[in-house]
Amino acid sequence: MKGKNIGFRKAIVYSLFIGSIAMAFHACQSAGEIEMAKYMSNGKDLYQARCQNCHGKDGEGLGELAPPLTDTIFLKSNKTKLACFIKNGVNEPMQVNGKIYQEKMPAFKDLHDIDIAQVIVYITNTFGNKQGMYTYEQVANDLKNCRK
Amino acid sequence: MKKILSYLYAACLAVLAVSCTQEKKLPIYGDREAKITKDANGNEKIDTIYKTIPNFKFLNQDSIEITQDTFKDKIYVADFFFTSCSTICPIMHRNMKTLFDAYKDNNDIMFLSHTIDFKYDKPSVLKKYAQKLGVDVPQWQFVWGDKKDVYTLAEKDYLVAVQEDNAATDGYVHQGWLVLIDKHKRIRGAYDGTKPEEVEKLKNDMGILLAEK
Repeated sequence: MKGKNIGFRKAIVYSLFIGSIAMAFHACQSAGEIEMAKYMSNGKDLYQARCQNCHGKDGEGLGELAPPLTDTIFLKSNKTKLACFIKNGVNEPMQVNGKIYQEKMPAFKDLHDIDIAQVIVYITNTFGNKQGMYTYEQVANDLKNCRK
Repeated sequence: MKKILSYLYAACLAVLAVSCTQEKKLPIYGDREAKITKDANGNEKIDTIYKTIPNFKFLNQDSIEITQDTFKDKIYVADFFFTSCSTICPIMHRNMKTLFDAYKDNNDIMFLSHTIDFKYDKPSVLKKYAQKLGVDVPQWQFVWGDKKDVYTLAEKDYLVAVQEDNAATDGYVHQGWLVLIDKHKRIRGAYDGTKPEEVEKLKNDMGILLAEK
């Protein structure tokens, strides 16, 4: 009877201990997670207002007029160019999902670095993509290196 | 008493059934006139003259001249757009394409997109656009015409506002209506082509119009 009691107490102590470690771990993560969630939700609003008409609700694109945003490899290998595409538009052919797209993409000059960062985070973490965070500082840096 | 109730119940059901089978009819839009005619016996008869889309002559994506004969005995959906439009046109045509897919190969239905960019959207440009949208078939006509002809037809007949505007993002502004025309060239509905739920309604209304005798 006594042994059983101790065992039970031990179990409580251990579970409390493990629980508090888990909570500490969770708290550490959440600062970043909250930031990410903020980027995702603002990015979604921007996407719906500015991108969705051509690229579609599910990033499916529009025929051969607008490429889909589901080509994770393209997005990953062109990650540092995405900010330039959005800010300055695109006027050269690009190959996405194995298809060539030649239509112009308009420039979104009025978007600030933070807007661009948010919309990139949204796109690269939706439509089957999962590429994590991308900050406005990175956008500022990438924009410096755009080909004029 | 029970018997009476059950009779009542049956009567109610019958009424319901009748009201359900009553077919829905789409309204007819535009100004109308009353025309008084006399039949053989000299009795006066009043006819209603509805507004119709007047005849037109445009070049399509294959540089072939088309007129209303192309749409004879068909119902069709008309809209106004331009190929370099990056605002409402892509969404309009994405939605219109769902209609096209739904009524593909239906010989009674056609689609007619007029460009309002008379400077740039020549037939060859329209052809490429249609191909890239994936709808380059006779069922969906893309047409080019003089500014005066297209703009007058849009504003006076299809009742869609269009204009050149240098201050606008792409140089033109226009409304995104998808206009439903019946076999007698009358306007039977106008739907906001940028809203999926309105386009869904249009899809249903096309079915209703097809069933009309």
